[in-house]
Amino acid sequence: MLSAHMPAIIDYDDVEVGTRIPEREFRIRREDLVRYCGASGDFNVIHWNERAAQGVGLPGVIAHGMYTMATAARLVTDWAGDPGSVVDYGVRFSSPVPVPDDDAGATLVVSGVVEKKLEDNRVVVNLTVRFDGSKVLLASRATVQLA
Amino acid sequence: MPLNRDFVGRRFVADTPFLVGREHIRQFATAIQDDSPLSHDLEAAKAAGYIDLVAPPTFLTAVALWRPVVPVHDPQLGLDYSLVVHVEQRYSLRRPVVAGDELVVSATIADIRKAGRNELLISEYEFVTTGGEPVATARTALASRGTAA
Repeated sequence: MLSAHMPAIIDYDDVEVGTRIPEREFRIRREDLVRYCGASGDFNVIHWNERAAQGVGLPGVIAHGMYTMATAARLVTDWAGDPGSVVDYGVRFSSPVPVPDDDAGATLVVSGVVEKKLEDNRVVVNLTVRFDGSKVLLASRATVQLA
Repeated sequence: MPLNRDFVGRRFVADTPFLVGREHIRQFATAIQDDSPLSHDLEAAKAAGYIDLVAPPTFLTAVALWRPVVPVHDPQLGLDYSLVVHVEQRYSLRRPVVAGDELVVSATIADIRKAGRNELLISEYEFVTTGGEPVATARTALASRGTAA
């Protein structure tokens, strides 16, 4: 059996337009946002300070849009087995993801479908990213280099 | 107050190259809960044909934020950062970013335009090695809420 860390072997020839990447859930907790503040250099207070977030009219601390974008990319890079497989990736941010101060945090539900096959073993994956039933990213597409 | 259109077309280049560190890649991958061995384990990265640890695709966010070039706090631009919302992001990579890359960050303000009651500030980034190899480009759209004339 393959371990969780073995790259999945996705062969370009085995992928068709319409091929689905199975849906996964990703949990985001406050601690993850604090780590992301440090790693990314984005220390905007709305991502770690409840008082400041509510002061600008938000329900509370929200995830970095870039955290959501990074999380959605994991569906694709885990599928392809290589964080270096994404050659183009664009999103529009449509609504914030509040992350409560509890152990459960917020759960993103991410799925993908191959919508185009390109030359040189590349495919375009259209990603759907939902939080609490609503889409939080729009026009979320990754071009992925496969083997 | 509307943003200053004179900034459209201006290009800004970072004074100091950004050295992509192994530990920074590990920390970034850990923050986004990405446990790919290619971002954590040097031997695994080499076995996969890379010269060093591989950065996740959105790692350039960290490069751009730790080495900021767009003068968002310049009073002449007139942007109130508390009104800013990130509305769009795109990365195009010619090759993956790996530990050891020394990247020169530059950005051009491509457009400032009205979008309803908001204004959009579009910046186009380039990431080039100190050896002159273009590695990636990025496009960032920020909305300035309610400042359209």
